[in-house]
Amino acid sequence: MPAITFIHPDGKSERVETADGESAMQTATRHGLDGILAECGGNAMCATCHVYVDDAWLARLPAAADDEDALLDGTASERLPNSRLSCQIKITPELDGLVVKLPERQV
Amino acid sequence: MTASGTPASTGSAAVPHLDVDPFDMNFFADPYPTHQRLREAGPVVYLDKWNVYGVARYAEVHAVLNDPATFCSSRGVGLSDFKKETPWRPPSLILEADPPAHTRTRAVLSKVLSPTVMKQVRDRFAAAAEERVDALLDKRSFDAITDLAEAYPLSIFPDALGLKAEGREHLIPYASVVFNAFGPPNQLRQEAIARSAPHQAYVAEQCQRDNLAPGGFGACIHARVDDGEITATEAPLLVRSLLSAGLDTTVNGIGAAVYCLARFPDQWQRLRADLTLARNAFEEAVRFESPVQTFFRTTTREVELSGATIGEGEKVLMFLAAANRDPRRWDEPDSYDITRRTSGHVGFGSGIHMCVGQLVARLEGEVMLTALARRIAKIEITGEPRRRFNNTLRGLDSLPVTITPA
Repeated sequence: MPAITFIHPDGKSERVETADGESAMQTATRHGLDGILAECGGNAMCATCHVYVDDAWLARLPAAADDEDALLDGTASERLPNSRLSCQIKITPELDGLVVKLPERQV
Repeated sequence: MTASGTPASTGSAAVPHLDVDPFDMNFFADPYPTHQRLREAGPVVYLDKWNVYGVARYAEVHAVLNDPATFCSSRGVGLSDFKKETPWRPPSLILEADPPAHTRTRAVLSKVLSPTVMKQVRDRFAAAAEERVDALLDKRSFDAITDLAEAYPLSIFPDALGLKAEGREHLIPYASVVFNAFGPPNQLRQEAIARSAPHQAYVAEQCQRDNLAPGGFGACIHARVDDGEITATEAPLLVRSLLSAGLDTTVNGIGAAVYCLARFPDQWQRLRADLTLARNAFEEAVRFESPVQTFFRTTTREVELSGATIGEGEKVLMFLAAANRDPRRWDEPDSYDITRRTSGHVGFGSGIHMCVGQLVARLEGEVMLTALARRIAKIEITGEPRRRFNNTLRGLDSLPVTITPA
């Protein structure tokens, strides 16, 4: 299974295995990772699973849909050009090794 | 209650039939043993009392919520099938709609209640919560439902909507009718609808553009008419959705949180020690008490669900509250734990119809619990809590408490 790396604001990184068909958010919550709240449970309604995608990977993700784009305007930590909602990043074999940074705050 | 292996009329697998009325007063008084029996009977059950299928386990409730093409909302999310019966009021354009119609109206309300908008109202909501605590500290002994769970949302939400000052006493009674009406034609529903005319008249009037103050959520909905996103006849009905679902639900959510924190003093002390837990303490109360207990869907085709075959046009009752305490999904489901990872609970639903006002509810819950925990050392229940009975909503009518200042 593909693995992804989450980098915490303090620089500590965690590499975790994904499961088939998961989103990056689901991987994080399944592993009990701090820093992803996902209050809405993955329905693209709350903007509390915000991540900054490593520049090397950004172009390899499908573009954000309109609803995700609108939600990103409301993130608790600053929206940057590489901001995404991890519930909308579906893990595929091509994303093995994906690196994302966690924001300071989710609410 | 009996459970047997008799197949349901349209089911091929053995769907257990249960003689349970989940809209009965005795059930409301203590639903938990029945929730457990419903979960243990099977992934899909049949309730002979109302001739509906039921799902009470997390996996099946989540599956039904997330397959709106098969389990539709446009035939009503209560027991009444809009294909066979005339709805008691014009159907909601969002709650009782399916894609693609739903997609457009949902987008409008999502934008009006977005995370960006919540940032703008946050300070105002927090200030009102502090003022509420000021008043409660003056009283020391009070009813945590009327003086807190109702008084706080009433002090902010109608203003946030842009409602006139007059007539607001209709708001909670109107919501009570709406949520009773999702139930079967029992006494609760019949009496609620029979008494609903003045509340309906008030709500219909307040939804008109001229009656909504500029800058409020209501005016923001009407502004989308000018952008061509919705029509002038749709806008009042979308405002109505906020009037129906935006107040009584948060009253019951905040009431649930206060009731939990008063009953479980160890959790109250944890919250006092770390105020950043306030938001999750509210969320966990929504899981634990599930202020919205149930919703129905209607099948658009024959479907197999966890081995059970359900025919077309069947009502399926989702026990959200039972799913939120399903031991298959939750560790120690019957304990209120404010540090629990609550993500995935279905207290706000899930999928395309998941509560569009969830961010408002969380904001109200977070700032209210933060203000309480910062300034109050202890909450003691000083009288017998009294339950308020409703076909869909679970909450209290009265919770006498005495507080000790921090």
